[in-house]
Order: sequence, then structure tokens, then C-alpha cells
Amino acid sequence: MDFRFQKMTAVDKVNRDEKLPAIKLTVVQYGILLMMLVLVGGLWRLQVLGGDTWRVLAEQNRIRKVPVLAARGKLLDRDGRLLVDSYPSVSCFLVREQNRNIDVDLPLIAKGLNLDLEQLQATLHRFRLSPGYQPIPIKQDISPDEQAFIEAHRNELPELETIDVERRLYPRDGFAAHLIGYVGEVSEEDLNNPKFAYYEPGDVVGKAGVEETYDEILRGQDGSMDVIVDSHGREMGRRGIQLATPGKDLKLTIDIDIQRAAENALGDANGAVVAMDPRNGEILALVSHPSYDPNAFAVRIGRSDWNKLITDPNHPLMNKAIQDQLAPGSTFKVIMATAGLQEGIAQNLKVMCNGGGDFYGHFFKCDHHHGLLSIHEAIPESCDTYFYELAQRLGIDTIAKYGTALGIGTKTGIDLPNEMAGVMPSQQWKMKTFHEKWYAGEVISVGIGQGALEVTPIQLVRALSGIASDGHMVRPHLVNLDQLPGQYRQAVLDTFVGSGEKQVSLGSDTWMTVTEGMAQATQPGLYHTAEGAHLEGIDFAGKTGTAQVVGGGDTHNKGGLKTPNAWFVGMAPRRNPEIAVVVLQEHGDWGSGSAKLAAQIITAYVNKKRKQEGNLLLQASKPAAPVEVGAIWSGPAVEEIPESHPSRDEAAARVGHPVSGGSDQMRMHAGHFMVAASNEPELAETESLFPSRKPQAPTKSPAALQAEASVGLPERFRGVMP
Amino acid sequence: MRRYLSFRDFDWVLLGLMLMLCTISIFEIYSATQNTKFHGFAGKQVYWILGGLVAMFIVSKIDYHRLLDIVWWLYGFFLLALVAVKLFGHKALGGKRWLKFGPISFQPSEWFKLVLILLMALYFANLGARTLSWRDIFKAIALVGLPMVLVLMQPDLGTALTYTPILLAGLFLGGIHWKQAAILGTVGIMAIVGVWTSGKILKPYQKARLTSFINPDNDPRGSGYQIRQSLIAVGSGGVWGKGAEQGSQTQGDFLPIPHADFIFAAFSEEHGFTGAFLVLLLYFVILMRLIQNAQTAADMSGSLLVMGVVAVLTFQIAVNVGMVIGFMPVTGIPLPLMSYGGSSVLFTFLALGVVMNVRMRRFVN
Repeated sequence: MDFRFQKMTAVDKVNRDEKLPAIKLTVVQYGILLMMLVLVGGLWRLQVLGGDTWRVLAEQNRIRKVPVLAARGKLLDRDGRLLVDSYPSVSCFLVREQNRNIDVDLPLIAKGLNLDLEQLQATLHRFRLSPGYQPIPIKQDISPDEQAFIEAHRNELPELETIDVERRLYPRDGFAAHLIGYVGEVSEEDLNNPKFAYYEPGDVVGKAGVEETYDEILRGQDGSMDVIVDSHGREMGRRGIQLATPGKDLKLTIDIDIQRAAENALGDANGAVVAMDPRNGEILALVSHPSYDPNAFAVRIGRSDWNKLITDPNHPLMNKAIQDQLAPGSTFKVIMATAGLQEGIAQNLKVMCNGGGDFYGHFFKCDHHHGLLSIHEAIPESCDTYFYELAQRLGIDTIAKYGTALGIGTKTGIDLPNEMAGVMPSQQWKMKTFHEKWYAGEVISVGIGQGALEVTPIQLVRALSGIASDGHMVRPHLVNLDQLPGQYRQAVLDTFVGSGEKQVSLGSDTWMTVTEGMAQATQPGLYHTAEGAHLEGIDFAGKTGTAQVVGGGDTHNKGGLKTPNAWFVGMAPRRNPEIAVVVLQEHGDWGSGSAKLAAQIITAYVNKKRKQEGNLLLQASKPAAPVEVGAIWSGPAVEEIPESHPSRDEAAARVGHPVSGGSDQMRMHAGHFMVAASNEPELAETESLFPSRKPQAPTKSPAALQAEASVGLPERFRGVMP
Repeated sequence: MRRYLSFRDFDWVLLGLMLMLCTISIFEIYSATQNTKFHGFAGKQVYWILGGLVAMFIVSKIDYHRLLDIVWWLYGFFLLALVAVKLFGHKALGGKRWLKFGPISFQPSEWFKLVLILLMALYFANLGARTLSWRDIFKAIALVGLPMVLVLMQPDLGTALTYTPILLAGLFLGGIHWKQAAILGTVGIMAIVGVWTSGKILKPYQKARLTSFINPDNDPRGSGYQIRQSLIAVGSGGVWGKGAEQGSQTQGDFLPIPHADFIFAAFSEEHGFTGAFLVLLLYFVILMRLIQNAQTAADMSGSLLVMGVVAVLTFQIAVNVGMVIGFMPVTGIPLPLMSYGGSSVLFTFLALGVVMNVRMRRFVN
């Protein structure tokens, strides 16, 4: 060792004898002393001076804040009938106690709760790293049997805990599924979205439809409850509760009866139906097929089920009423006619249809040889040749002007998420989208609603019923704004931006001609495309559309992928309609088929209206009739019943014996009176019991009754008894 | 001769004090973890302590001058190791801090503390002149700064910060003039402010951790929660404590990481002001003993070595206890000899082994 010391080391020999200056070391020493004093001082302050305060806090530390869940608001239809509600459900948790080996209990738990043992073990394994006081969810929606099992085994299985939760109950079989939507747990990505700033992991939030749009109103505000826990986190008591504010119930504009009629009408066909009141935009029914069961989403949906829904080629998760963007076919001719009339061209335009016509060097086909037509026949007969000619004369930009004014190519602003805007082609649109010039010849197919045109069902029904309402366009909606608290109204309008409420000015002859044309379509007549949907006694108008799909040509096998889409937009009555219906059958072939379905829906609506209006008006129109009242009383005998009177014996049998004979004897009397609304009862007649009664209500002739029933009914509903 | 050396001049007093702390630590870790998933850690700590003792004896045998001879090699090696961690590191706990060789994890940033202490001692001892030139100062800063940046990038703010007291001790004892210190101080503060507000070097959660100690209620779920729980635990201990294994906050699993970062809080809850004061007194005596060793060291490098160890230990104590009582932000710096953790125990024993080393050779010339 000594020898190695002789070797030159890294440290210079010169500095070997140098020491650290003593003063610096002293400084360090005092520095450390100072630091220690500061620390001791801090401890003194905490423990000696503040000991009691902190002890109290330590006590309080054992208080856990448990949320009191707010009940989610119900969804009702316009008549106040229940559509969606929540039901109480019980979930089961596993609480891990430190001194207990839960694994030995698992087989018993699995048996009692009808769980798969391996899955249970896997769940437990998954949670092994989380803090001990955190309960592990093992089963939701437990049955009363299972609850009884837990209760019965409180001593042997103290680790089992139950908690009451609230679960959403949706109509089965996908009834109104797309407009209702569903709820689910907020996801990781959602939490990063500023829209969900007030939401926490585990919160249930609306994920589609009305549940999503109005989630803030439906969810209410959770309260909280202080729960005292022991050092193992088990509840020992409760202390103070802040009640939850329940969510607000929402009344939708939907009418369950009309919705049912619409769902039944569409049946198994893929497509969409929308029934709307064009006076105010209230949606009475909204259907999209195929549908799905939203109850499956309320519990976390299994991965395989989710995949099935996503990959299904018929797109059950798509709300076709607002998302299906398809060529409208002949229904667009109504807009074409409007454009043509407003521009002053169509009034005097007569076209000869020989099964088609030549335009821009091509022959464009028409389904029939319609002969010479004016605008009045062209609409109900849906003559392609006429509208080819009209399209050529108007030019694409003029057509686009009217189309856009009527809302084609723009969202409608309906209060459902993920609405699509469709496409209204124009020269500018083509340049922006494809960087190509518009070829004049492309306007021809647009004229009959094909080509690059794309509309959604909701857009189409709004446009056509708006035209029929003399240009009064509405904002379609499922919830009236007056249902919402003040600040939300503007928020809804701001969130769902679209064409909305608007007035398009139309000349009166445009209005009359187009509505007449649509009304004729359902009237019997040669080539009237919707005559098969005629409704007797109801002013039912509309337009069919048989929209070819790309590459489909003239294929006509129903349901085949190349078969045209069948459209129909119908309304009642023809002018200023109070109901408008659009029916889309994907690959449903001829539009006349959809017309028949629409007719069913209109019929259901009219029948319901008549029932309601009939009852109400009958009662309301008559003045309050006097009411007949019968009474029995005792009083002095008025007269003797002659012995020969046939009813004497009966009377004697009914009436008690007179107390005593003579004029001041008491007898029972019977009679009936007419009591008017504010009158004193007048004694009309006094007779012995069971006199023969004269009818009081006047009989009326059937005609008179009918006339009475029709009083107050809108003109269009008269002539048919309910 | 050798045996004579090791038997007598070994600082038994120091060893005794250290072992007292270790014993307290074992009992406290046991108490704090008995109901948690960390139970069994007390046993592991015993193994670490035994291993540390062995390491300490070994290190104290090697002449510290030989260590100083190879320190530049060590510096280079561990620098490469830090780079290797960045490239091949084992990801855990949100950072890449370890290299894994089979079952053994190797955390270079911990070992670097020791290397830096040695390096600083050598560097400043060699400078000779009692005043430092700016060039010297910058060189020192660079030597420490480089590994600091590498460690910061892991990211491991806590360990990176422990390199600063080594630098500061070196500068102070190496002869920095107060004017130079003032300039450096100002520049340093400006740099810190710049780093803070730039928002690039410190991640948001790190910034939040550093500020939540000022007002823990601002972040009731994150590090504010930890501080609050710590204050409650310490404060509710009162003067005499709640008794061993009876701290409700510790036992109730309210106190986070009670066996490591917050061991002092667990201890204070159970043994009150008296217990805490005694432990701090123990630390104080140990530090004074170390400084005495520095004073009696054979040469400048030896003194600097010991003072480097003093600097690191003081820093760790100050930051950890400060954190527990709410004076300092939560940084994950362990309390030497008390906190559970192999690398911390090992480092402390090795460092103290080096101190033993210096002390043992103080008469040899």
C-alpha cells in the first residue's frame, strides 16, 4: 500500500497539505444548523401548534364524497306519452378487504351470481394493481335472486357490495331508435374535447340522436353524499347529503301513432321516412331502416356486436333520414317547375314527348310517349322530356339558384347530430370540387333529378312542402324551443346551423300551378304516377321519384343493388299543407310504391285528427244541455193511488207502510228534474215511483247529426263521418 | 498494518448513527406497509442495508486516491451509460431510467451522483489557486450540466436536481468570489425563469408538481393531494404521535408512498414531534460528524470529497423533509437511509464508505 502511494496520483503533491479554509466549513455548519432549525420550526408549527386542527382533518379525511346520481329526464311524445324512461338497476361490486383472501370465495360467488368463474378471476386479476379501497365491478343488472343470494351470504361473503344505479330503457325492436339515440360512458377521446369540460370518466352521456343533442338538459346535476369510511374504505355511516337535481323531461314533437304508422309502412324495406308539419317544422315521425336495439348500447356493447353493426352493408347505425345522400330523381321536377315558372319560361312551354329527345348531341330517354305536354301535365305525368327541355333553357346556374334557395345542398339545421348537406351542382361547385369546367350537357340529367345531385330525405320534404306553403320554409326539429330554458334556445340554433326558417318569395301562379300539378299526380289519370295512392276524401298531393343508381340503367328487380331508389314526397292538403311525408325505399324500384306507403301514413294522420277534432268539437259546439236528475224523498202524502192503478201493488211493495193514516202521513216520493247550468232545480214532474218516462233528448235526423258533426271541421275533412 | 487501519480508524460512531437510522427505517417501513400491497418491503430493505454495508466496507478499503485516478474514465463510462439509457432504456413509470440486464436493473443516474462528487473533488482540488476564474467556473458548470441535461430528458427532474448541490458545494468551497457568486446567482435565476415560462423544457405536469405545494387545494387530485395528506399525517401526530403502527392516515392508505417519499410523514404521524425531532437530531449529528471528517482529512481532495457527500445528503434531507411539511414541492427525492429503495440505500452507503475511506487515511501521508 505504501509503495502505491509513492506513485504520482491525480492530485498534485503541491495541494496535499492544503486544507479547506476553516471559515468556509463553519459557514456550512451553521448553514446546516439553520436548515435544521427551519425544519424543526415547521414541524413545531404543524404538530405542536396545529396538532388539534390536523387531527380533525385526519378524521375528516376518512370521509369520502360519493356522488348521488341525478335521474335522467324522460322522453315523451307530443301527447305526453312515455317514449324513453330510466329504470332502477342494481350493480354488484367486489370490495377487497386486506385480511381476506377473496380467491377462495370466487367459486361460490360465480355460482351465486351466475358468472363464469374464469372471467371473474380475470377481472380480479385486472384490478390487482389499483388501490385497495376501490371496488371492482363484477356484474350489472343483477336479478332479485342474485340480490337475495348476496343478502343471504352477508357473513360468509362480506366482500360483495351492491349499488343502485339508473339505466335507460328504450323501446324494443329499434322503434324510433335513430331519433332517440342512446347513452353510453364518455370515452377517453371525448374527455379531451372542450365540449365535455364538465364531464368525468364514468359519466353517462348521450351518444346519438336526441339523447346527444339535449344531453345537458336531460342529465340534470349529480348531488353528493359524505360517507364515513374506516381505514379499509368500508362505509361506516353517512353524513350530510346534497340532493341531485333531476334532469328535465323532454317532450318531443314526435307522435307515437304516426311513428308507428311510418315504421309499419316501411316494413322490412331499407330506407327512411320523415313526417313533418310544414307550418312549423315539427317532426311527427322519423324512421330509418334497418334499425338497431339501443338497449344493447346501454350496457357496454360487446365488440362482436359492434363490429356486426358497423360492417353491415345496410348501415343500421346510419340515420338515413338525415344522412343518406342520394339522387332525388323525379321529385326534383317540382323544384325545376318552380324555377321554370319563376323565370317565366314554363308558363307557356309546350313540349312534344316521343319517348325522349335529343339534347347536346345525345338522345335522352323518357319512360313513356307522353305526346304534347304543358307544365300542368308534365308534373303529374312526370315527363322526362319536358324537363330535359326546361333544364336546357334554364341552365345549371339558374337551377342551382332555386335549388339552393330551397335548401338543396345545405343542411336543414335539424337538431340531430351529423346531418349531411347533400350536393347542389353548379358551375362554381364543379370548379371547386373537381377543378373542371361544367359541361352544358350535364344539366340535362340534373333536370330530372339525376347527375351529381344529392339530397337527404329531410331536405327534400322541407323543400317540396315549403313550395306548397307558398315559399314558407321551416327549421325541422324534434324539440320545440319553448321546452328549453332560455340560454339553451340560442345554443341549439347556433349548434345546428342550416337553412332553417326562411321565406322564399314565389309568384302566386307558381304556387298554384305547382300545387295543382302535385295534386293531380294522385288523381286517376293516364300516366299519373301516383294514382295508385289516391285517397278518397283527403286532399292528398305529392310527387314520385324513381332515381336511378349509378350503373343501374333500367334495372328493375326490387331490392337489387342496381335497382333505382323509390322516392315519394306527399302532403295534405295541397296548399299550406299541415303534414308532409317523404318515403325513401332504397332500391325499391318505382316511386309509386313509396307513394302507397306515404298514403298509409297520411291516412293514419287524418284518422287520428278526425277522431280528436270530432270529439272535441261536438262537445264544444253544443251549449251545455240541462242535466236530468232523479231523486227520492219523503214528504207528506200528496194523493192516494187509486186501487185500479196497475202500479199500485208494486208501489205498495216498494214503499214502506205509511206511518199512520191520514193527511199528515209521510210518504216516499220520486221524481225527476231538469237542472240547467246555473238554475235552481225545478220540479218538473212529481209522480209515484217508476212512472213511464218521456224521452227528454230530442231525436235528430241522421242528416242533421252529420251536419252537426261537420261543423267546425276543416273543409277538406267534411263529407266523411269518423 | 492494514487491519490496524481498518479496525481502529473506521468511524464506528458514524456507522452506529447510520445503523440507528436504518433500524428506525426498517420499523417504519414495516409499519407503513403492513396493510398495503407493499408489505414485505421491510424485509427487502434489510437486504439492501446488508448489501450496502458490504459495499461500504469494500469501498472503504480502496484508497480514495485511486478512485480519483480513474474518475475521468468513470465519468465517460457513466455518460455513455446515460446515453444508452436514452436509446435502449427500459420504460417504466413514465420514463426511461433503467438499463435492464436480465433480472438486474441498473440506474446510471444514481451512480452518477457518486461520480460527480469524486469529479468535483478532483477538479477543485487541482485548481490550486484559491480564486476561481470564470473559465474554471464555466468548465465546472459544463461538467455537471451535461449529465444533468441527459437525466432531465429521461425525464427525471428529482435526480437531476440532486446534482446541483455538488456543483454548488464545489464552487463555494473551491473559492468562488462573492461577486462571481452574485452574478451567477442572478443569471441562474433568470435562466430558471426563462425555462419556466418557455414551457418547453418542463412538462406541464412537472410544473404543476413544483407549484402545487404553495397551494395544495388547487390540485386536490394530483400532487396537491399528496401534500395535503402529508400535512394531515404529520400534523395529526401531535406532540407524542399516535403510536407505532397506529397512524390512521398511514394505515388507512391515505398517505401516498408511505414507505419511500413520505416515510418521514408516516414516522411523524406515529411518533409525533418528539420522534421527528429526534430523527432530525440524528441527521444533524451525522452531518456534523461528516464535516468533522472533512476538517481532519489528509488533503484537499479528501475534504472536498466529504463535503460533496455532505452537500448531497443535506440537499436530500432538506428537500424531502421540506416536502413532507409543505415547504417544498413534491419531487420524489428520497430521504437518505430512511426511504425504502435499493439505489438510495446503496448510494448512501457507498458515499459514506468513501467518507470512511477519507477518514481512515487522514494520518497516512
